[in-house]
Amino acid sequence: MDKAAIITVENVYKSFPMGTGEFTALKEVNLTFGEGEFTGIVGPSGSGKTTLLNIIGSLDVPTKGKAIVMGRNINDLTQKEAADLRNRYLGFIFQTYNLLPVYNVYENVELPLLLLGMPSKERDTAIRQALDWVGLSDKIESRPAQLSGGECQRVAIARAMVKKPKIVLADEPTANLDAKNSHHILRTMEALNRELGTTFIFATHDEKVIRYLRRKVSLEDGKVVADQSMKTQ
Amino acid sequence: MVTLKLAYKNIIGAGLRTWLNVVVLSFSFVLIIWTQGLYKGMNQQASRAMKEMELGGGQFWHPEYDPYDPLTLEDSHGPIPEELQVLIDKGEAVPILITSATIYPDGRFQTVQLKGILPEQSILGLPTGSLRNGQELPVLIGTRMAKSANLDIGDYFTIRWRDARGVFDAIDGKVVNIFRTTVGAVDRGQIWVPIDRLREMLGMPGEGTIVVIGKDTVVPEKAGDWVFRNLDYLLREIAEVIRTKKVGASIMYALLLSMALLAIFDTQVLSLFRRRKEMGTLMALGMTRGMLIRIFTLEGAFHGILAVLVGAVYGVPLLIWFEKNGWPLPDYADDFGMALGNTLYPIYGAWLVIGTTLLILLAVTIVSFLPTRRIAKLKPTDALRGKIS
Ligand SMILES: Nc1ncnc2c1ncn2[C@@H]1O[C@H](COP(=O)(O)OP(=O)(O)O)[C@@H](O)[C@H]1O
Ligand SMILES: [Mg+2]
Repeated sequence: MDKAAIITVENVYKSFPMGTGEFTALKEVNLTFGEGEFTGIVGPSGSGKTTLLNIIGSLDVPTKGKAIVMGRNINDLTQKEAADLRNRYLGFIFQTYNLLPVYNVYENVELPLLLLGMPSKERDTAIRQALDWVGLSDKIESRPAQLSGGECQRVAIARAMVKKPKIVLADEPTANLDAKNSHHILRTMEALNRELGTTFIFATHDEKVIRYLRRKVSLEDGKVVADQSMKTQ
Repeated sequence: MVTLKLAYKNIIGAGLRTWLNVVVLSFSFVLIIWTQGLYKGMNQQASRAMKEMELGGGQFWHPEYDPYDPLTLEDSHGPIPEELQVLIDKGEAVPILITSATIYPDGRFQTVQLKGILPEQSILGLPTGSLRNGQELPVLIGTRMAKSANLDIGDYFTIRWRDARGVFDAIDGKVVNIFRTTVGAVDRGQIWVPIDRLREMLGMPGEGTIVVIGKDTVVPEKAGDWVFRNLDYLLREIAEVIRTKKVGASIMYALLLSMALLAIFDTQVLSLFRRRKEMGTLMALGMTRGMLIRIFTLEGAFHGILAVLVGAVYGVPLLIWFEKNGWPLPDYADDFGMALGNTLYPIYGAWLVIGTTLLILLAVTIVSFLPTRRIAKLKPTDALRGKIS
C-alpha cells in the first residue's frame, strides 16, 4: 500500500438474479486501495472485474459486505449522493469510449466540469490542459465520428482527468486498441498518475496493460486469488 | 443551465427527424391560429355589418312580434311606448312598422315584408334619406331584392296589402334607390317605405312593430310591455353557426396536432431506447436521474419551441398578408346567410397567438415528459450495458 487507503472493500458479495436462482459474480472480496496506486484487476472474461469496478464506482451496490470510497459507504448513499460522489472524485474510462456523438472533443471533455458547476474561464483552462496531456490540442473541434479509436480513448481519458479526480476507474481501456495506441494511452495514464497522484484502477486481461501495473489483483470466478506488487520495467 | 445546453445540442444534433417533427408541428400550430383568426374575423365582420344595417344597439319588440312566424305579423303592432318615443324624437332610436304584402313586378307576384321606417333616421346604415320625396310611394330596396324582382331605379310596381281592418288595398310604388349590403336580412324579400305613409296605408297611426336603439344610446329599463332584445340575443344565431364551424375545425386540427404529438412521443421513446448507453455514461459522469429526465423532457419540448419559431417564419407574413388583403369568398357564400360580403378579413389577436403557443408548448412538454418516467427506474449499470428495464 502506497499511502492512506481511499477505497476499502470488505467481504463483498454480489449476486444477480438468473433464471430461477441467482448467479454470484463476486465472493468474499477483501481489498484496500491507497492513494496514487496504479493497479490492475486482472482475470479472464466473466471473472467479475466489471462488477467490482461498478461497486467501487458507486454505480452498483454489493449484495453483502461493504465498500467504502472516499470515506463513504456505498450501501448507504442515495442516488443523488452517489452521483455527487462520482461527480467529485471519480473518473470513468470505458472499453467502448462512450463519447457523446453530438458533441465535439472540447464539449465532451467539458461535460464533467459543467456538472461540477465550474465557471467558464476555469473550465476553458482545464479543458485545454487535459487535451494537452493526451496530445489532442489540435482536434478540439472534431466530433467523435471523425476520430480514430485511439484518439477517442484519449478524449475519454481527458474527460476522466479534466476534473483531476482522486480515482480513475478504467474498464478494459485498451481492448479495442492496437498495440501502438495501447502503449500510447498507458504511458499517458502512467504520467498522469505520477504527476497528479491520481489512483488508477484497471480492469483488464490485456498483457500489454499488465506490464505497466505496479500492483496486480487477480480475480477468478469472483474470488481474489492473488494480490501482488509488480516491478515496472 | 447545463441541462438546457445539453438538450439544445442533442436536438440540433438529431438532424432530419427533429426537423420533420418540427415542420409537422408548426403546420398544426399555424393552422390552428389561422382558422381561429378566420372565425374570429367572421364573427366580428358579420356582427358589425348586422349591427350597422339591422340591429343597432339592440331592439325593442312588440310583445307579439316573432320574426320566425310571419302569420303573427298582423297582430304584432301597437302604439310606440312613451319611453321609446322620447328616444325617437331625440334621434336616438328608430321605429319600424312591419307587415306582409304582395308585389306584382312584371305581372308576376311575390310575397314580401313591407317595412316602414323614418326617412330622417341615422341609426341604421340604410340610405333612407331617399324616401323623403314625392307624391308617389317611394320605395327603397336592396340589390338582391332588385335582382329577384327584376326592378331598377325609377321602375313602378304594384303593392297589395291588408289594412288594420283586414281590407285589401293596392298602390303603385316607385323604386327611388337601390342599396348594396352584405346583410341579406334587410334586403332579400324586403321593401322599405316611409313609416308615415305605411301607417296611413294600414290605418295604424303612431304605431310600430319594433324600435331599433342607437348603438351608444342608454337602453331604457322599461318600455310599456315591449320586450328588449339585446345584441347577444339578436346575434345568437351567428354565434351558434360559428361555434358549430369551430367544432368542425377543431376536430381537424386536433387530428393534425395529435399526429405531430404522436411523432414527438415516438421520437422520445426511440431516443430513450437508443441512448441507454449515453444515459449510463452521463450517470457515471455524475448526473442524477432527475437531470436526465429534465434533459430528455427539454429535448422534446424544444420541438415545440422550434415549431413556434419555424411557424413564425412563414406564418407571420402569411397571416399578416391575409389580415390585410382578406380571404376572397365565392359568390354563393352569401346564400349561407352570413353577412360577410365577398372578402373575409381574419383577425389574429395577441391572445389568440399567445394562447395557442402556450397550449402547444404545454402539450409538447407533457408528451415529451411521459416516456422519460422510465428513467426513474434506470440502473446505471444496466444503462451502461445497453439494457433498459
Ligand atoms: N447485471 C447483471 N445481471 C446478470 N448477470 C450479470 C450482470 N452483470 C454481470 N453479470 C454476470 O456476472 C459475471 C461477471 O461479469 P463481469 O463483472 O462483467 O465480468 P468481467 O468484467 O470480468 O468480464 C458474468 O458471468 C456476467 O454474466
Ligand atoms: Mg468486463
